Amino acid sequence: MGTTALAHLSNTLYTFSIVCYALAMVSLGAEYAFGRRGRVADTAVAAPAKVLVGAGGPPVAADAATPPVTTDTAGPPVGPVGPSIGERFGRVGVALLILGVLVHAAAVAIRGAAVDRVPWGNMYEFTSVACLVAVLSFLAVLVRQPQLRHLGGFVLFPVLVLMFLGGTVLYAQAEQLVPALHSYWLAIHVSAISVGIGIFLVSSVATMLYLVRARWEARVAAGRGQGRVSGFGAMLPGADSLDRMAYRTAAFGFPLYTFGVICGAIWAEAAWGKYWSWDPKETWALIAWVIYAAYLHARATAGWKGTKAAYINLLGFAALIFNFFVINIVVSGLHSYAGLN
Amino acid sequence: MTAVDRDETVASKAVAPEPPAADTVDSLSTKPTLTAPPAGRRFAPLIRAWRWLTSMRTALVLLFLLALGVIPGSLLPQRPLNPQKVDTYLTQHPTLGPFLDRLSMFNVFGAPWFAAIYILLFVSLTGCLVPRIRLHARALRSKPPKAPKHFTRLPEATTYESDDSPTAVAAAAAATLRKSRWRIITRDEPAGVVTVSAEKGYLRETGNLLFHVALTVLLLAVASGRLWGYTGSILVQDGDGFCNTVQQYDSFNPGQLVKGSDIAPFCMSLKKFTATYDKDGTASDFRGNITYTEGLNGPEKHDVLQVNHPLRIEGLRLYLLGHGFSPMFTIRDPSGQVFKDVSAPFLPQDAAFSSQGAVKLPDAKPKQIALDGLFLPTAAETQQGVLTSIWPEATSPKVAIFVYEGNLGLDTGQPQSVYSLDRDQLSNGALKQVGRKNLAPNQTYTLKDGTTITFTGYKQWASLQVSRDPAQTYVLIAAGAILVGLVLSLRIRRRRLWVRVTPADADSGSQRTVVELGGLARTDAGVFTDEFGKIAARLRDPAAPRERED
Repeated sequence: MGTTALAHLSNTLYTFSIVCYALAMVSLGAEYAFGRRGRVADTAVAAPAKVLVGAGGPPVAADAATPPVTTDTAGPPVGPVGPSIGERFGRVGVALLILGVLVHAAAVAIRGAAVDRVPWGNMYEFTSVACLVAVLSFLAVLVRQPQLRHLGGFVLFPVLVLMFLGGTVLYAQAEQLVPALHSYWLAIHVSAISVGIGIFLVSSVATMLYLVRARWEARVAAGRGQGRVSGFGAMLPGADSLDRMAYRTAAFGFPLYTFGVICGAIWAEAAWGKYWSWDPKETWALIAWVIYAAYLHARATAGWKGTKAAYINLLGFAALIFNFFVINIVVSGLHSYAGLN
Repeated sequence: MTAVDRDETVASKAVAPEPPAADTVDSLSTKPTLTAPPAGRRFAPLIRAWRWLTSMRTALVLLFLLALGVIPGSLLPQRPLNPQKVDTYLTQHPTLGPFLDRLSMFNVFGAPWFAAIYILLFVSLTGCLVPRIRLHARALRSKPPKAPKHFTRLPEATTYESDDSPTAVAAAAAATLRKSRWRIITRDEPAGVVTVSAEKGYLRETGNLLFHVALTVLLLAVASGRLWGYTGSILVQDGDGFCNTVQQYDSFNPGQLVKGSDIAPFCMSLKKFTATYDKDGTASDFRGNITYTEGLNGPEKHDVLQVNHPLRIEGLRLYLLGHGFSPMFTIRDPSGQVFKDVSAPFLPQDAAFSSQGAVKLPDAKPKQIALDGLFLPTAAETQQGVLTSIWPEATSPKVAIFVYEGNLGLDTGQPQSVYSLDRDQLSNGALKQVGRKNLAPNQTYTLKDGTTITFTGYKQWASLQVSRDPAQTYVLIAAGAILVGLVLSLRIRRRRLWVRVTPADADSGSQRTVVELGGLARTDAGVFTDEFGKIAARLRDPAAPRERED
């Protein structure tokens, strides 16, 4: 197949994955809306079962590796009734999500084949990879905290917005890159950064939900009623759960992002003559790094835990987004590889 | 400071059961400087200031200030990076510009207030690290704490019975845990009760400290690299060369502490520069064939400079950063003097290398002569009749030149750009335009006064940069250590485990040995529940297949 045909196929798959994600968002949104009674019953049954297994029975090796769908279907249907409507929507949603991820991964791989290099050389390709990582890391979160499944819609919403922007505004033809980018550091540096950003995206979504839920919990605890976002807050998982998800993802993304920045410095030393030249992109990468470092510290500091730390997390993601959109498109610098003219 | 620790604090919940047995490390590490000896009242404000400076809250505020402080550096033009842009900004913003300038907004990374932020952060970091390292060293030598009285108050607890004697059960438990690299100590309690205390995950704090120490080292290495390093840039045409002396550079930026002896003796010459392009006009490769000599009398060596592949020799690195064209002219002035194949570098203006520049002949007679205009490597005429370049390679080069005669103004003492003529000389009429012409190679333009200008061809030039940073290896090592420290401190969990074995006792009605098991993760409780279950299973039945715990 020729380059053009491959690039075309990749675009088609990209569009198809957007459709899958959109349907998954609707489906998981429906699970969220129709309530989680079935889900709660399931986990309630599953939890003691796990302890029994751990206490003496055969090992639960498959536990961590199995995608949540199969865990669910394999789980004991002990409840008096079958899966509720919400539960069904949830399972369909995750199935669509996995289908979307597979198609999306294929789109990225074929784009790479079409251009005969790593498929993250311009903003469109970068967005695509970062979104793929975001969805993958949400799936990884589900393996550990399956009770968060119905939140998928909230993760998919920003992913869809970004992918739509990527496919329209940021879209760039499949092309070769300038000599400065002919380096294996492109594969290492950019992939580490995009993986980091994808994971931080999930973290920021969890943080936003945490803020809503924490506020709801505070209102309820103070006996002031449930407020305007009553239904919304009531259906979210506990604030602790969301906070932990936000922290774990950020703590996983941070070393990767740090690694990406360090690789960038090593590459800059070879390409530009200096490992750090205060290029606007580097500067904003540092700003985001400092903010996320502050988040990890704030979460361990009395008086900063909870909501304050959460806002710092959001600020960090805002810096990443600013670095990606504004610095790439508006400010000129050494990192001018956006592929937009 | 700065513990990426103490997140997920189950500790707060779990410290409750037995305060003395619970962690001394935690209570101290929350306020690491509180152990300072009592001092006279005179020093009280100083001590308070020191505590304030080394507190985590202050460190957080300083981190934010740092992030905030670099923002103008990324959005406003910066003098060290691009002085021309700063000047343009100043002329465009006559009121705001000077005000920002007074705040060092055009040299943020060299500004006093910026230095103040990072020096404070640096002091805060060090002031907090030292006591913490001491504490951790003590913790590493100390034994796991005594078992609390009631395990049921711990986040993880379970109990089972055994037929073995308490000592045997405790010894077996100790052996099993030791095999999984738990640090353990067995203690005897009254009435034949045996306890085993186990702790694991000391590497977390080790990693945390490594991260912060490495960060400090990194900052020091960056600073010393800036003080003892230098960069110089120079533009070299095919066939020309230069030696590593300050005078030869087009621009030279030394660190404050650079001495003459730091500038390694080195000479190079550019044999040939080649650029290759894909069918769609994107560059696919730039390479400069060079010869160079190292030291005072070194042998001549050969190398190919490429983007991403600098020449690295002892004491310096040589980079290929850009390239362009220098058109060549043979000019005969009215006095009959011939200037053969004079050339000057023209600066590329677009992706197809339409390049702009100037050629100056101060020795021409009777008047000085100058050309300025465009060099077009692959010339084409637009519909408006203007020449433009449509391809970055010189397949059909042309020049579009203006010819000037008069006084170039080179003797005024003011430095002039080599790429353009002095605007003042043009506007005050000292230098007058006397003709304009588009020329293909070997075409000649004859002016009214008899001056002839022949476009004889072109050379390519490469812009090179020489850099020296004696500390950059240390920066890299520190960065690697930062990463290792981060991964250790964020992935490893500190956890404690206690086993209490009570002998069979008719009084309590128990016929068998009772084994109680309690556990506490100081970080990330969720995962520990699984691990605790698995450990419990293994202690109960050592024959059970072993699980991976981490």
